Amino acid sequence: MSEENETIDEVQTLPLDAWHRRKGARMVPFAGYEMPIQYEGIVAEHNWTREQAGLFDVSHMGQLMVTGENAAEELEKLLPGAIASLKPGRTRYSLLMAEDGGILDDLMVTNATPWIEGDEEEGTEGHWGEQAFYLVVNGAMKWDDIAHLREHLDDDVTLTHMEDHALVALQGPNAATALNRVMRNVIDDLVFMDSVCHDFGEWPLRITRSGYTGEDGFEISIPAEHAESLCNRLCAEIEVRPIGLGARDSLRLEAGLPLYGHDITEETDPVSADLLFALTKKRREEGGWMGHEAVAKVLAEGPAQKRVGLEIEGRMPAREGALVYSGDKQVGRVTSGGFSPTLQRPIAMAYIDTALTEEGTELEVEVRKKRLPAKVASMPFVPNRYYRGK
Amino acid sequence: MARYFTDEHEWIDLEGDTATVGITDFAQGQLGDIVFVELPEVGTMVEKGKDAAVVESVKAASDVYAPLSGEVVEVNDGLEDDPALVNSSPEEDGWFFKMTVSDKSELEGLMDDKAYKSFCDGL
Repeated sequence: MSEENETIDEVQTLPLDAWHRRKGARMVPFAGYEMPIQYEGIVAEHNWTREQAGLFDVSHMGQLMVTGENAAEELEKLLPGAIASLKPGRTRYSLLMAEDGGILDDLMVTNATPWIEGDEEEGTEGHWGEQAFYLVVNGAMKWDDIAHLREHLDDDVTLTHMEDHALVALQGPNAATALNRVMRNVIDDLVFMDSVCHDFGEWPLRITRSGYTGEDGFEISIPAEHAESLCNRLCAEIEVRPIGLGARDSLRLEAGLPLYGHDITEETDPVSADLLFALTKKRREEGGWMGHEAVAKVLAEGPAQKRVGLEIEGRMPAREGALVYSGDKQVGRVTSGGFSPTLQRPIAMAYIDTALTEEGTELEVEVRKKRLPAKVASMPFVPNRYYRGK
Repeated sequence: MARYFTDEHEWIDLEGDTATVGITDFAQGQLGDIVFVELPEVGTMVEKGKDAAVVESVKAASDVYAPLSGEVVEVNDGLEDDPALVNSSPEEDGWFFKMTVSDKSELEGLMDDKAYKSFCDGL
């Protein structure tokens, strides 16, 4: 997940702004903020992340905390995933749904309910505290998301926008090695989609084993005033280099992960978007969430088009907006595409008429009036390497 | 041989009535890693200021405009196998195409080495 480049009158700066500039980043406006598009170069940064570990600043994303005794129940009215059965310390990918079945945003939700230690002297036993859910939403959508949540969540539920927190992602096959050297024994028991709070010295961190690159990795939430120190500490490890938004986009494309505002929008539903895994089976059937009726209809009738991967012949990339053909008939449209540094070929995501979405189906993509041969491919394009335990 | 520069960051080497065209080191630095170059076909008539080629970097496609009007007489086939030549040797091995110059008055207003350098410094 990520976001579209929105035009916002005033471009703001994020906590790590000066740090990026010192590291030689080229800064561009993105989601209303000045963000690093690249440091040494997109391909070098892309490859470094696939081989070593890359550090990404994703502080533009919205970090929200939803608390209250009925927080899970309330969130389940807006998200199609099982939130009530999400165990403390577990994270799940989910969607914020519109009534008409469109996708308002995609997000990560973590059960952040705290464990309250018992006190022998007072004779109290350890127990779970008040329900809390930590949400990470797209930067360009966060203000709309907050308004939507405030409107629809019960008044007993508290929504906190953690604007005083930065968020960085450490991604790559050596991310765990590097992080382990910095903080021993903290991530030993963490598998993909586990999340833990850890006080590292005076820095209260939330570490989640997740990311947007297809690699093993971590997302670390930290109070903004400590973000620079954390990044310096991480980049002191030989495996770690700062990586810009450019490589973030090429990495997520290879990983088959949709980009909000491009591959998924208010106009696309989760069935067409091939995101059924975000709709827990039971909730898919039982409903009780905004947009269920519309989505159930698509589920029953089958979607007209589906999001698929395309491998394109040659070296010319097909980008967002390129039309896809089967013979003379237009059968779809590319929603994001580019050149894959790992595969050394152009790849794309496209919405294609469902009848033509079988893997291996031969199609053509039109780029500057030329027809490029393309084949429907399974995603991820590059196998993911999430850590699911030994 | 004289070298000219445009404010669109192209360079032109003029030898007699033939011009060799490429993009500058500054331009390749801005574009980043180049993964594909779409060149015009030999025999194409190009018009000053109109599309002549397309450079694809990892992140975007950028048009390259014809710096002069004339006929394309040769293209750099080396870019097909190794588009990164534009990054590694933009102003020599990474040239794009050669063209005839139909109207030498179009050279007026182009920059020389020194003027182009100060133009870039001012960006």
